[in-house]
Amino acid sequence: MFDLSGKSALVTGATGGIGGAIARALHAQGATVGLSGTRAGALEELAAELGERAHVLPCKLDDAAAVEALPKQASEAMGGLDILVNNAGITRDNLFMRMSDEEWAQVLEVNLTSAFRLSRAVLRGMMKKRWGRIIGITSIVGVTGNPGQGNYAAAKAGMIGMSKSLAAEVASRGVTVNCVAPGFIETAMTDKLNDQQKEKLLVAIPAGRMGTAEEIAASVVYLASDEAAYVTGQTLHVNGGMAMI
Amino acid sequence: MSDIADRVKKIVVEHLGVEEDKVVEAASFIDDLGADSLDTVELVMAFEEEFGIEIPDDAAESIQTFGDAVKFITEKSA
Repeated sequence: MFDLSGKSALVTGATGGIGGAIARALHAQGATVGLSGTRAGALEELAAELGERAHVLPCKLDDAAAVEALPKQASEAMGGLDILVNNAGITRDNLFMRMSDEEWAQVLEVNLTSAFRLSRAVLRGMMKKRWGRIIGITSIVGVTGNPGQGNYAAAKAGMIGMSKSLAAEVASRGVTVNCVAPGFIETAMTDKLNDQQKEKLLVAIPAGRMGTAEEIAASVVYLASDEAAYVTGQTLHVNGGMAMI
Repeated sequence: MSDIADRVKKIVVEHLGVEEDKVVEAASFIDDLGADSLDTVELVMAFEEEFGIEIPDDAAESIQTFGDAVKFITEKSA
């Protein structure tokens, strides 16, 4: 089950904790992976670790022209593009009343607009092939909201709505569009939380622990597989029961 | 019928699964041949590929009928 041999997957934000785990998991299932991110060195390291079937595709997601060009580069490097994982994300947390236009715009641009541009660019090939998978890594915060993250929550909620709309448009062409919504996962992004914040969080998680990047990656593997062909427009919440939606 | 018209007709018949004799000059892809909006996008993609041309979005919107498509592609390939 969940064999991805012969498929090509582009993962954005592959240098991050979750992105790296997603790339490793897709690769382990047999997929050829395109690793995108801003830090070329870290991407090279990951590619070296994976060995064959790994391609490094550095890209700054706040650069519209670079984003437009990325799917073509990925497709040329890998000989096709069957699976797109819009994983890249940044945070610029601030109280709403203090949030600058720039903090708002940066987060929307990288977390949502780049996902729109990449998805638009990969559709043509997927529709022609009558097979494609677009998977957005959203967040529990996009559904529940979170103080200090008005911009991030808006981008993540936007990704869910965007995915549902696109899913409805292309379902008849064998292309599925889904989201995975992590809860609190052990990554560099959550390392920033202090012990008091973490303790408070754990009380709210029935599983009693933070999740791992591998647990997110496993959901992505499922949604990318042939077996998930009938699942589209959905958001799979992976959060230890923290929010049951 | 021109070679271009034959090739366009073949694409339309294959893609929309309609009878060849339904694909007449005035036949509207959406109203007469049962295409939805996504089908029309795919038809344009197929035309681009078949004839090695680029059909910009605003031109694509003006291609409503089989005749429109043949006319546009004939002009573009001339």
